Amino acid sequence: MIETRDLGKRFDELWAVQALNINVQEGQVLALLGQNGAGKTTTVRMLTGLLTPSRGWAKVAGLDVVRRADAVRGAAGVLTEQHGLYLRMSGEEYLEFFGSIYGLTPSRRKDRARQLLEHFELLPAASRRIGEYSKGMRQKLALARALIHEPAVLLLDEPTSAMDPESARLVRDEISRLRSSKRAIVMCTHNLVEAELLADRIVILFQGRVLIEGTVAELKAKVLGPPEFEVRFSRPWDSVSLSLPPGSTIIAASDMQVRLRVERPEQTNTEIARALLAVAAPLIAIQEAPRTLEQVYLKVMALAREGNLVH
Amino acid sequence: MLEKEILFTRLVPVWLVTRRELQDQIRDWRVIMPLIILTALFPVLMNAFAREAVGFLNRFSANLIVDRLVPFSVLIIGFFPITVSLVVALESFVGEKERGTIEPLLSSPLENWQLYMAKLLAGIVTPLAASFLAILFYLTMVSRQGLKIPPAHILLVLVVVTAAHAILMVSAAIVISVQSTSVKAANLLASFIVIPVAILMQGETVLMFWGNEEMLWLAAAAVLILAALLIRVGLAHFQREYLIGREVDSINIRSIGRDFWRDFRGNARSVAGWYRGVMLPALRRVGSPLAMTVAIAAVGAWMGYLWSVRNLREAIASANPEALADISDRALRIPELVNLTEGISAPALFLHNSEVVLGILVAGLLSFSVLGVLVCFLNVGLLGGVFGVIEMLGLPAWPIFAAGVVPHGILEVPALMLASAAVLRIGVVLVTPQSGQSIGGVLIALLADWTKIVVGLVLPLLAVSAAIEAYITPGLLLAALQR
Repeated sequence: MIETRDLGKRFDELWAVQALNINVQEGQVLALLGQNGAGKTTTVRMLTGLLTPSRGWAKVAGLDVVRRADAVRGAAGVLTEQHGLYLRMSGEEYLEFFGSIYGLTPSRRKDRARQLLEHFELLPAASRRIGEYSKGMRQKLALARALIHEPAVLLLDEPTSAMDPESARLVRDEISRLRSSKRAIVMCTHNLVEAELLADRIVILFQGRVLIEGTVAELKAKVLGPPEFEVRFSRPWDSVSLSLPPGSTIIAASDMQVRLRVERPEQTNTEIARALLAVAAPLIAIQEAPRTLEQVYLKVMALAREGNLVH
Repeated sequence: MLEKEILFTRLVPVWLVTRRELQDQIRDWRVIMPLIILTALFPVLMNAFAREAVGFLNRFSANLIVDRLVPFSVLIIGFFPITVSLVVALESFVGEKERGTIEPLLSSPLENWQLYMAKLLAGIVTPLAASFLAILFYLTMVSRQGLKIPPAHILLVLVVVTAAHAILMVSAAIVISVQSTSVKAANLLASFIVIPVAILMQGETVLMFWGNEEMLWLAAAAVLILAALLIRVGLAHFQREYLIGREVDSINIRSIGRDFWRDFRGNARSVAGWYRGVMLPALRRVGSPLAMTVAIAAVGAWMGYLWSVRNLREAIASANPEALADISDRALRIPELVNLTEGISAPALFLHNSEVVLGILVAGLLSFSVLGVLVCFLNVGLLGGVFGVIEMLGLPAWPIFAAGVVPHGILEVPALMLASAAVLRIGVVLVTPQSGQSIGGVLIALLADWTKIVVGLVLPLLAVSAAIEAYITPGLLLAALQR
């Protein structure tokens, strides 16, 4: 659905995006992460045919973004970085206007506008001018605009920025629903929790280059090493005598708990449990130590700034 | 039938965007209030002025001026609302860019021409509506006071001229709006629209007081052609990337100079190499414009000849016989030509012709080549006219022409045509879509091509022709006249 090869964009002497290779299938969400100016918005703009790539190519919904730019724009729903709403229009008028631009019939665009307004809890404000909307309401309306023509591909730049937690949750649920309905979604965000929750694959950009990419689990393994597990005991217990299977090491220990790094938990964790039972350890729980995408991101950025990480 | 349907379908989005823009304008009191005030107040003021002026002029029986006063007021009343509502067109693209609303629109499946035409239409409707309403309001007041309403054909030409002004100004404003990076910059550049149109209106007013309605129609046609060219240029260089990508206006003189020099010099390492590898390709590029210029020049020469034969014959027939005898006498005072070479300086001729070449460029740049080519047309037309005059004087036209014009003209006229063709190419390329290139980049490359042709060919030809004209032609002409 969305594919790029060696995609790059140069502004004068500056490469805003370089050698970007992504492939997003239907029903997948790809999150583009990175600092401001890393090249996320430039990538989205190339994918909508607003910017012409300086090198490489990109296809959206099977259409070349340079040669079939107008068709690409018809197939994609775009949530731009700035919501870009016409403040003197009402929410309903606004959605119907974009519905007409995307070629929906009058009855269809009316239905679709009402549907989206209702879904995003904007129906009570449907006839009010957008200028009177709160930031969160405007963001939801902008997302509704991107969905008005039921696009096969969604390009979302900061979909939940400026939203209150409830609205953000609503939008996240909508993105999950869209993924389930076989849409291909590219999402730029600074919200790492959101990216971890929604994205099937993550791409981290730094100064226009891809630093690292993969699933959340792959990135954690690559950047933070093998997963870590915490073993908790009901009473003080000497874990030093514990004989662990190969591929697992103790990285921290106290009287009541021990932290293990396990290379292949799917194979080794059973043996670890057996070993603990064999020495009658007062075991309460074995659980994976939480490691977040934020940790991955911060580590990757630190390495990149030190010049120690080039994909 | 199917084609008509497809065209209609493709025009629908244009109307949708235009309608939205118009609704937005109606909802914006900052646009509507000044328009209402101007539309209502200005005709009232103008009417009061006209009433006083008519009373004053009647005391002196200046009936002609009185007759022209109302049409003049109509022209002025039509013009003012256009200048005010020009702000709508000026901010059409750059204003949306500043407010951040342009990106969703650019991300929609609207084609470039649809977006451009929608903005153009939205920019034209408001000023025209305001302008026509103001005119109608004024004429209603005029008729109620028993003043003379201009005849229908005069009113029609005034309405067309007003519409032409609106289309021209809005077309230019839209080009500015696309190329500017801020509303402030666009508004500052608006002076480059309002002042020339105001000057144009002064000329049209003179035509009106002169009572030359035909010329007023021609002026309207010229304005509409210029507007069409502006629309074409705007469409040709409308790029979504340009609207999205540029945030700051910056003129980097050094970079412009570097680009120009790179284009001008090419990869040449010697003068011969430059002629072969740089100038020659530039010359090939002006091939088609040159063919067109030659055709235009041929038509010009023929028209000049016909004009002199038709009009001068009548003028000579109705002229004072004594004055005519004096002219013939002066023309046939051949011995004066002997000293002619002393009065002609080759450098002065060269300088004059070079100034003409530069004039062609400047005129061409200001008018998408139209005026540049017109200079060539008039120059060659003058030659045709002179030929006709010589013939009418009963002198041997061909021998005189062969001796007095051909020796230097054989170089000078092609040089003039080459310079005009290079300018014509600038206009043609500017109104043609150039994918991936900014209007500035295109212009630099075109000016570099013009310079290559002028420096490499036109100036050397003019230098040689000036020398021939100063030192050889007078002798040959003298010999031909003495024969």
